[in-house]
Amino acid sequence: MIELLQQYGPAFLWSDGNGLSGLSMTLWLFIISMVLGFFISIPLAIARVSEHFWVRWPVEFYTYLFRGTPLYIQLLICYTGLYGLEVVRDSALLDQFFRNALNCTLLAFVLNTCAYTVEIFAGAIRNIPHGEVEAARAYGLYGWRLNLFVVIPAALRRSLPAYSNEAILMLHATSLAFTATIADILKVARDANAATFLTFQSFGIAALLYMLLSFALVGAFRLAERRWMTFLAPTRG
Amino acid sequence: MKPSVQALSSHPNTPTRSRPAGHSHAVADSAAVKLKVQDLYKRYGDHEVLKGVSLHARSGDVISMIGASGSGKSTMLRCINFLEQPDAGSITLDGQTIEMRQGKGGARAPHPAQLQNLRTRLAMVFQHFNLWSHMTVLENICMAPRRVLGVSAQEAEARARAYLDKVGLPGRVADQYPAFLSGGQQQRVAIARALAMEPEIILFDEPTSALDPELVGEVLKVIQTLAEEGRTMVMVTHEMGFARQVSSQVLFLHQGRVEEQGGAEILDQPRSERLQQFLSNRLK
Repeated sequence: MIELLQQYGPAFLWSDGNGLSGLSMTLWLFIISMVLGFFISIPLAIARVSEHFWVRWPVEFYTYLFRGTPLYIQLLICYTGLYGLEVVRDSALLDQFFRNALNCTLLAFVLNTCAYTVEIFAGAIRNIPHGEVEAARAYGLYGWRLNLFVVIPAALRRSLPAYSNEAILMLHATSLAFTATIADILKVARDANAATFLTFQSFGIAALLYMLLSFALVGAFRLAERRWMTFLAPTRG
Repeated sequence: MKPSVQALSSHPNTPTRSRPAGHSHAVADSAAVKLKVQDLYKRYGDHEVLKGVSLHARSGDVISMIGASGSGKSTMLRCINFLEQPDAGSITLDGQTIEMRQGKGGARAPHPAQLQNLRTRLAMVFQHFNLWSHMTVLENICMAPRRVLGVSAQEAEARARAYLDKVGLPGRVADQYPAFLSGGQQQRVAIARALAMEPEIILFDEPTSALDPELVGEVLKVIQTLAEEGRTMVMVTHEMGFARQVSSQVLFLHQGRVEEQGGAEILDQPRSERLQQFLSNRLK
């Protein structure tokens, strides 16, 4: 066990000698996916609740597609499937992008978490009391101002509990990255297991690391809810 | 002798008393008319809610619209700032009539820039307050002045605190969320939010109907102060006593038409049978 820690400790935490690995790589995957997914999902969520069919429908189709298929298959398609297409290999830009395993993995993760986040935010937008939006209109807010100053802040706060759930699920979903040769926590654990046959210890350490990250996340979201959701406290009884 | 005295005393009142619905009436000085709502029609499917109602408000007028529920008074108020789109009729503010355009799907829609201008000059107070629940009281009041009128943050906050004081709320509520306040306090915040826009006209849509009876008084007191200041207000209300006290004009709506209109005295001496009926049902 001590040997295992000595040999694989650094790899589990930050580097396996070829760049980021383990905890750091998992965090990197997680943070990039969540940040990009978050910012892309906001305009998409607004489009998702649009009254215009041609604005709403493409987003609906996108979320249906990505919530209707397993993340693993999405990752496989991004990582190997797309590169199998001639169109992709013939374009210098696409070729360069899809050659890189990390790019492919991040693409799959961002598209996936974004689809779920769009639905969470769109649901929260629909849940904003109608009168509040009407009051904003009556006071001269419309278009992007209405969204930026009233609709989005109200929706984001209301969606915190559902969004924290999505964040934790996404954290655990990053463990699929090892299948695309990304050196995340699980990949290091598998390497350690293969080299030492200390199966319980190798995967035990991996589980522990994920658990620590989850605890940190839950704590952070609890603070965020205390900060941003007190306005609902009396109505929740 | 007696009948003629009655005839004489009632004579000066007749011109301002009851007018047939839809009949464009000559308000004494049409140049001073601040807000002119002319022949509004509104239907929802087969149901015609407004059948040609008009309203003329001069500066400083307090107009109360009364009537049974379903008479169209709230719809009319909401048509004034286009929260509902009237099917026909015109809204004129300070002599400028809002231009209606044929929008997509044949629905009439007001000219966007004119609508925006209108909405910054008319503020609305809602039955259910409609405060933005995720913002503190201060943020609620500062929002529209800052983001719509472009007032600076400090100026907006100074206004907000001044108007909070005016509606009789202590400074410490400024940092609270609306849900932590009583209904009466919330409605007073909503009035402060309206005042912070420094509007030319304030629209009240049944401002006390959602309040517990013991909280109605505090809100009416604030509205009365505003009336005494000479603010122009249009109000839908069920508080007959209050309407009698503050109104310069009363409109009684019945089934989408103005059944009777005149000064506050029509509440004491209703001419139409319908208003008599309405008032006697109220007082029971």
